[in-house]
Amino acid sequence: MTRYDSLLASVGHTPLVGLPTLSPSQDVRLWAKLEDRNPTGSIKDRPALRMIEAAERDGVLKPGDTILEPTSGNTGISLAMAAKLKGYRLICVMPENTSAERTQLLKMWGAEVRYSPAAGGSNEAVRVAKEIAVANPDWVMLYQYGNTANSDAHYDGTGPELLADLPSITHFVAGLGTTGTLMGAGRFLRENVEGIQIVAAEPRYGELVYGLRNLDEGFVPELYDESVLTTRYSVGPAQAVRRTRELLEQEGIFAGISTGAILHAALGMADKAIKAGESADVAFVVCDGGWKYLSTGAYEGTLEEAEAALDGQLWA
Amino acid sequence: MISVEIPTILRTYTGGERTVAAQGPDLAAVVTSLDAAYPGIGDRLLEGQVLRRFVNVYLNDEDVRFLDGINTAVTDGDTVTILPAVAGGAHTARVR
Repeated sequence: MTRYDSLLASVGHTPLVGLPTLSPSQDVRLWAKLEDRNPTGSIKDRPALRMIEAAERDGVLKPGDTILEPTSGNTGISLAMAAKLKGYRLICVMPENTSAERTQLLKMWGAEVRYSPAAGGSNEAVRVAKEIAVANPDWVMLYQYGNTANSDAHYDGTGPELLADLPSITHFVAGLGTTGTLMGAGRFLRENVEGIQIVAAEPRYGELVYGLRNLDEGFVPELYDESVLTTRYSVGPAQAVRRTRELLEQEGIFAGISTGAILHAALGMADKAIKAGESADVAFVVCDGGWKYLSTGAYEGTLEEAEAALDGQLWA
Repeated sequence: MISVEIPTILRTYTGGERTVAAQGPDLAAVVTSLDAAYPGIGDRLLEGQVLRRFVNVYLNDEDVRFLDGINTAVTDGDTVTILPAVAGGAHTARVR
């Protein structure tokens, strides 16, 4: 069905498309789940709507309330759209080194933005948001890193959609941020597909983001359960940009940079299948389109120039 | 030779070097050889015989906690990357 009663009702149900050129062989195939086809253009529409509706159902969120959320961008944009339609005020805490387009989009949908320091990245945004929440006890923090409605959206949506479209699926590859996509869709697929491999691709940022981290401190999203994953890749900006461009040039898909990191891990798994002489259907997530990242420099010049331009930015 | 990428926070041990050389045949041996060259660095990475909770180690970009942990085999030409855990890349410790 392609008719919906409202924009909110149209979240999910995204296409799964084959990659005939990037797939290494007839027996080892890659499939892209186009999450950029959601209402605000990213996979985050799924958890954002689900978290709001769960909070409404639980009586935590009432008409006219203020929502507060730490976000590096996409979740905030999704929440802003839903909050606007449902009549909530939204305040996002976002690292100051995210792309300019994210701030523009948030403000366009009516959200207020408060910035956290660039050093420390999303960790710092979480810390600042928790401080603000303590000072404003009547505000509602949905807290995507620990809210089970986040992973439930993927358990009930993303996972079943993948299985329906690709019953022969052998690998599922997605980005690791809040961990909601991998935990939710990963659990569903493990329960329904014997031997499926659940693969995480996490972005590896430049020096600025890690530079000030203390090894004795750290942040682990409450949703994270390592046992759901088969393996986990760390992908730096050079490979992420290279794969993002390959996806555009060879398959015509204009994706954001984090999708390049995910494709890199997907190709790594495909390569392992080829070497092992096994057939594989590797599905991976296209988190969002490239529009929001044009100003980062990722799509212009040489790969080296793009990598240098991304240094210090939170590109995923 | 194994190439080891050192995070900023640990470069006080390596005299500011970002990438240093180490020896296998496994990750435990890599840490031992690192600690011999840069005394004290081993204790920042391991607690007893397991990786510290907020230390992530990758062999050719794959998280060693999903391989054989500190016992993961390494071969010449491999790259080991050490990183602190961050949101969007955080990690719980697994006791091995």
